[in-house]
Amino acid sequence: MSKQERANQVTKAPAKNNREVILSVKGLKKHFHLGSGQVVKAVDGVSFDVYRGETFGLVGESGCGKSTIGRTLIRLYNATEGSVTFKGDDIYQLKGKKLKEFNQKMQMIFQDPYASLNPRMTVLNIVAEGLDIHGLARGEERRKRVIDLLKVVGLNAEHANRFPHEFSGGQRQRIGIARALAVKPEFIIADEPISALDVSIQAQVVNLLRKLQKEHGLTYLFIAHDLSMVKYISDRVGVMYLGNMVELANSEELYGHPLHPYTEALLSAVPIPDPDASKKRERIILEGDVPSPINPPSGCRFRTRCPKVMELCAIAAPEWKEVVPNHWVACHLYDKEQK
Amino acid sequence: MSKLLDVRDLHVSFTTYNGEVKAVRGVNFYVNKGETVAIVGESGCGKSVTSQTIMRLIPQPPGIIRHGEIHFADRDLVKVSDKQMEKIRGSELAMIFQDPMTSLNPTMTVGRQITESLIKHQKLGSSKARQKAIELLRMVGIPSPESRAKQYPHQFSGGMRQRAMIAIALSCRPKLLIADEPTTALDVTIQAQIIDLMKRLQEKFGTSIILITHDLGVVADIADRVVVMYAGIVVETGTLHEVFFNPHHPYTWGLMASMPRLDLHHEQELLPISGSPPDLISPPKGCPFAARCRHAMKVCTEYMPEMTDLSSTHQVACWLEHPMAPKANKHTGRNGGEADE
Repeated sequence: MSKQERANQVTKAPAKNNREVILSVKGLKKHFHLGSGQVVKAVDGVSFDVYRGETFGLVGESGCGKSTIGRTLIRLYNATEGSVTFKGDDIYQLKGKKLKEFNQKMQMIFQDPYASLNPRMTVLNIVAEGLDIHGLARGEERRKRVIDLLKVVGLNAEHANRFPHEFSGGQRQRIGIARALAVKPEFIIADEPISALDVSIQAQVVNLLRKLQKEHGLTYLFIAHDLSMVKYISDRVGVMYLGNMVELANSEELYGHPLHPYTEALLSAVPIPDPDASKKRERIILEGDVPSPINPPSGCRFRTRCPKVMELCAIAAPEWKEVVPNHWVACHLYDKEQK
Repeated sequence: MSKLLDVRDLHVSFTTYNGEVKAVRGVNFYVNKGETVAIVGESGCGKSVTSQTIMRLIPQPPGIIRHGEIHFADRDLVKVSDKQMEKIRGSELAMIFQDPMTSLNPTMTVGRQITESLIKHQKLGSSKARQKAIELLRMVGIPSPESRAKQYPHQFSGGMRQRAMIAIALSCRPKLLIADEPTTALDVTIQAQIIDLMKRLQEKFGTSIILITHDLGVVADIADRVVVMYAGIVVETGTLHEVFFNPHHPYTWGLMASMPRLDLHHEQELLPISGSPPDLISPPKGCPFAARCRHAMKVCTEYMPEMTDLSSTHQVACWLEHPMAPKANKHTGRNGGEADE
């Protein structure tokens, strides 16, 4: 069955419409001004919904804007354009008490466990900082809460009075997770939480994140460049390229039937830890590098590296559309006229 | 096949304020002509120290080669003088590093960095060397090499810098190329390009490669033989198929089971290796993996296991291979151990 036939066929995709949308991103743009009129369009018009209780994976190569999206969603950056609604409120309009509540409900876990913990604070104070800011616990209660949290993430009480430098990378990432959990968030943005860790430790942290999700009903936005890990942890995955989202589907569908040529190439480039499978498969090796986001190609941004490029691609940017139910793609190959 | 490199019982330590860190504690392996040997292991397992010792790039002090021999083309690299080593390095032995930004000189044009070794080792004149440099850049797939040779490293992207590094490393046609995590800092699509390039160049020149990595996917793609290291020792070594399809060391099982794969189902749990590697200032006297091993026995914590031959190419250092050991649930690849807790 060709991709087009498949695309036109209505599959029995599970209806997810009855699930609650916790975060809705519409036409989000984030541009950085470099001076002398140069603008980096790091995120340039991205829309997606995240459902309560799911893990939404965001993948792409460096410079595709995935981390910028994470940072814009938690208001570390202000959006240039577009809207983000979290539980029905536009997050860029929030003020006062509502803003404080938002800051509590949305938390972030950072990539580098060495740089994201203050080296001059004890673990107790690092984890309790959120509790202090939101006035959730004091004194003995505060200490008890922190120790409980440390136990939840697999550390113990005696770690509370130590400083970050006394811990290994995996343990520090656990401290980062405890800090995020301290204020009882509903939504956690995990920006490459395991990239800096060793393989055997990565699995520990990922299993911990999955366990916590089950126990606390958390929703994750999981940002990473490791496709096998994203596939493993996510319910749905969005693929980004140079500031745009090019494809979005649930993870089995995306990995089983990728529609966008970039997703295909990305999947085929992932090394498989199996010598036979690795020799058998055909790899699509993309030529060249990702173009600069200061001066992106006209039309479809992927066209300079795309093995299936057409004339149309240089002229018009492809539309973001639902080709198969719950499977979105931005590519001219799936235009109606192409049938 | 003849051995190009033979490392025997290598011990390397570093003196620190806290004591002596025994980074490499008796490593044996060899590399044949024209083959690719992958050294896998986590950070701190001694894989980079081993390779830097082969290149004699370990700063001494604090580093000390305590013991061992490194036979390379009829010489013992531990014993040769610094001056001789300088001749070997760059011409017969070459290395590419993980981070192409910090391993290229930012103040020199890329072209000059390539001609440097051509002029030094091959005694080429400067205009001839420049021509050769451009040729090399073209060979590693850098577009418009004439103008690129005049540029500085910061004008190159990550993938192109790694290509330039490979061009430098291959400029004098070395017999052995040591690649220390050559693709770790790169994106997947660029990683695929670089691996493809390394394979092509190996076919063309017959260079032997030592590939140091923690990515088993890359290993499966390019290696002929695999050396698994843990806490400064080799725990298992064998051909690619032996190590991937018939792993015998619990650490190798653990590595395989803790890696997510694209064909792994969402509901399946990853099986992590609990705990973390031992401190190499006072390494355990028995098997270093015993504390994290699901199959550890009393003997494991007391005595270091010997290397057991499973075939002429496959060796493993584990007490489970002893005839008196209980039968552990092995040979099962990814479902090697029981789930944790």
